[in-house]
Amino acid sequence: MNKDVMVCGVGGQGTVLASKIIAAAAMEEGSTVHSAETIGMAQRGGSVTSHIRVGEDAFSPLIPFGGADLLLAFEVGEAVRNLKYLKADGVAVVNTAAVMPVTESLQSTGYDGSAMAAYLRDRCTCIFVNSEEVCRPFGSSRFFNMIILGVAAASGKLGISTETLLKEIEKRVPARYTDINKKAFLAGCEIGGKASR
Amino acid sequence: MREYVMGNGAIALGALAAGVNLVAGYPGTPSSEIIETVSKYPHEGVHLEWSVNEKAALEVAAAAAYSGARALVTMKQMGLNVASDALMSVAYVGVKGGLVVVSADDPGPISSQTEQDTRRYASFCRIPVFDPSSPEEAFEMVQDAFDYSEKYGRPVLLRPTTRICHAYASIEIPEHYAPKAYDGFQKDSRRWVIFPKASYLNHGKMEAENVEIGREFSSYRFNTAEGKSSGKAVVTSGVSYAYVKECLKHSGDVKIIRIATAFPFPEDFALRELEGIREVLCLEELSPCLEEQILITAGRHHLDLTVHGKTDGTVPFNGENSAELTGEILQKFLGTSFSADVRDLSDAPPLPVRPPVLCAGCPHRASFYAVKQAMKGRKTVFCGDIGCYTLGNAMPLDMVDTCLCMGAGITMAQGFSHTDHDAVCFGFVGDSTFFASGMTGVVNAVCNEADMILCVLDNSTTAMTGHQPHPGTGRNMMGHVVDKVDIAKVLEGIGVKTVVTVNPFDTAACVDLVRKLADEKGVRAVIFKAPCIALVKSDRKCSVDADKCIHCKKCIREIGCPALTTDGKTAVIDPGLCTGCGLCTKICPTGAIGGETHE
Repeated sequence: MNKDVMVCGVGGQGTVLASKIIAAAAMEEGSTVHSAETIGMAQRGGSVTSHIRVGEDAFSPLIPFGGADLLLAFEVGEAVRNLKYLKADGVAVVNTAAVMPVTESLQSTGYDGSAMAAYLRDRCTCIFVNSEEVCRPFGSSRFFNMIILGVAAASGKLGISTETLLKEIEKRVPARYTDINKKAFLAGCEIGGKASR
Repeated sequence: MREYVMGNGAIALGALAAGVNLVAGYPGTPSSEIIETVSKYPHEGVHLEWSVNEKAALEVAAAAAYSGARALVTMKQMGLNVASDALMSVAYVGVKGGLVVVSADDPGPISSQTEQDTRRYASFCRIPVFDPSSPEEAFEMVQDAFDYSEKYGRPVLLRPTTRICHAYASIEIPEHYAPKAYDGFQKDSRRWVIFPKASYLNHGKMEAENVEIGREFSSYRFNTAEGKSSGKAVVTSGVSYAYVKECLKHSGDVKIIRIATAFPFPEDFALRELEGIREVLCLEELSPCLEEQILITAGRHHLDLTVHGKTDGTVPFNGENSAELTGEILQKFLGTSFSADVRDLSDAPPLPVRPPVLCAGCPHRASFYAVKQAMKGRKTVFCGDIGCYTLGNAMPLDMVDTCLCMGAGITMAQGFSHTDHDAVCFGFVGDSTFFASGMTGVVNAVCNEADMILCVLDNSTTAMTGHQPHPGTGRNMMGHVVDKVDIAKVLEGIGVKTVVTVNPFDTAACVDLVRKLADEKGVRAVIFKAPCIALVKSDRKCSVDADKCIHCKKCIREIGCPALTTDGKTAVIDPGLCTGCGLCTKICPTGAIGGETHE
């Protein structure tokens, strides 16, 4: 299987852990995996991306434009920024909640993400989730990475079984947070399952 | 045992597999994870250190290599400028045990000041260089580099780039590895003391050996040629090779010649593979190292060859390559299209700009704000330096007028004080940078009668590169608790008469202090001491009283904290980001912001 998955968001949203779990789970299922992350200065409130390339047919560490089967966007504006990576028939799982950058607060441009969501809706197959809504039962936006991972898994577009992903969550999340992270993942699965029906 | 690791991790594990005895380096993106990986894997018997700077690291490692041990030195490309004094000389003196210097280049540049090419240092210092095109190759090449270093008794460079350092791959590492056995330093002053006569002789020997190494590299396993051709070839290396492969995986009537050893150039290999080729495209990042060698080879051997690349404008000099750019250039070269259908996003709504900013609660923000308030209406020069606090340049703080290189803030403030007599000249330096290359600058200030205020922004870590320890943190990479080097005592020892340590969140006291110091003469130092927010987790939060907030947005305009936004009616604090530092509570004119603070 060859599959390219792009994870994008804003520094601090937990994109790195989500992408590590995807990569590890794909390997667990027997695939060759390569990935790459943008780290460094970009970490501090900047745009972050992880490129996960599953299969033998990947050479570039970054997914070429128009190559991603799945775009996992933790922030709606970042989804638009990285839409160029998505295949013509690719699917985007998008958090509609906007993260305001300092520059926007200073200039009061009124960025709230709604124009971004509308733009995406017209241009690709989208599964929208709102982090504020779906994280409410968990009391913290910290668990959104597991929720969106669950959405992607249950939608069938990730090509990895939920069981394998759950196992990797268990391995990679500190023991005292395992249960709540698994719950968040399963809550995401429920949303993803409905969305793909 | 298979491990999924970053390219930097692959380099670390390759060095351990090669029996490395000593690893030293200074943090710098994209190289920092090499030493961190060594520390996370079993490394019994290996001396591991974050050195005070790159030059120190290389000198520590050189001594190990003189003793017959295998030593690895890690740094980013800018660090090699600092270490170059030692590197050039050790290239002449030579080594007994393997000495591999990893200098990670940063095309783009993504988080660096320059787009310099470490391969240029290889040809400048006349030492071999290895240029991996994947993490898997980096793992192999670091081991090859040790073998070549020992075979020829010369230091060797390994030059990965950001996309290799930060790419992940699965690497098969040996279950058991152990540091190499070595016999120790043997005194021989004719060998180990660099003198003009010895350098004259060694120079001749180095050049003769380089011819031999170039021949050997002509059959090196990572100098490869593939694909059929009707007279056209692409010459490439590093991650650009991966981009070429990505573009040509389904089509392309072209030969791919990949040269992983830019110096000494494998001329025999190039000649062999260029046979029947009429037109060459050189695709490499940073400097046209391979391209120049192809041109030299073509000239020397009277080849009927057209060479495209950076020198004829086909490939840009600046910026990093990508699969897309490679596809465009290949399309022009071969006349066929290699890129997928890419969406036209020209009608997308304007994207939010997300420049890197100081974190919410960062003590540097408070320090900069206090100095800014204190110096309102005064003529000033604010000399910045390399670290998180370079981000103090962003609006609305706007507190960095210059930033040049490690340690330069302190010395440039002196230069301004000698040339711009009415300005109050500030040098801002972080704690790690102070130790790396700031201290000698302070000595210079004292003995040359500079008139400046030194602001040490001491957050007890090397924050920008991932919180590495430094001489002021009291722990080292051997896991030992050691005496902290006290910055205030260092400054007093150098002879700085006024040294004051303050809590940057005590804004009023900081403003008063800086105002007072601005009217004094000579070298004055303020140590703004508060830990990085990533070191000490805070549960304190500030919040906005919606009834009191008049939505003047002064809090947002004055300090640019990422936790502060507005919902259109009042200021809003993101509890997920706020650390309760309380800086905004001091700015609000109506006292609408409260919550737990440092006071």
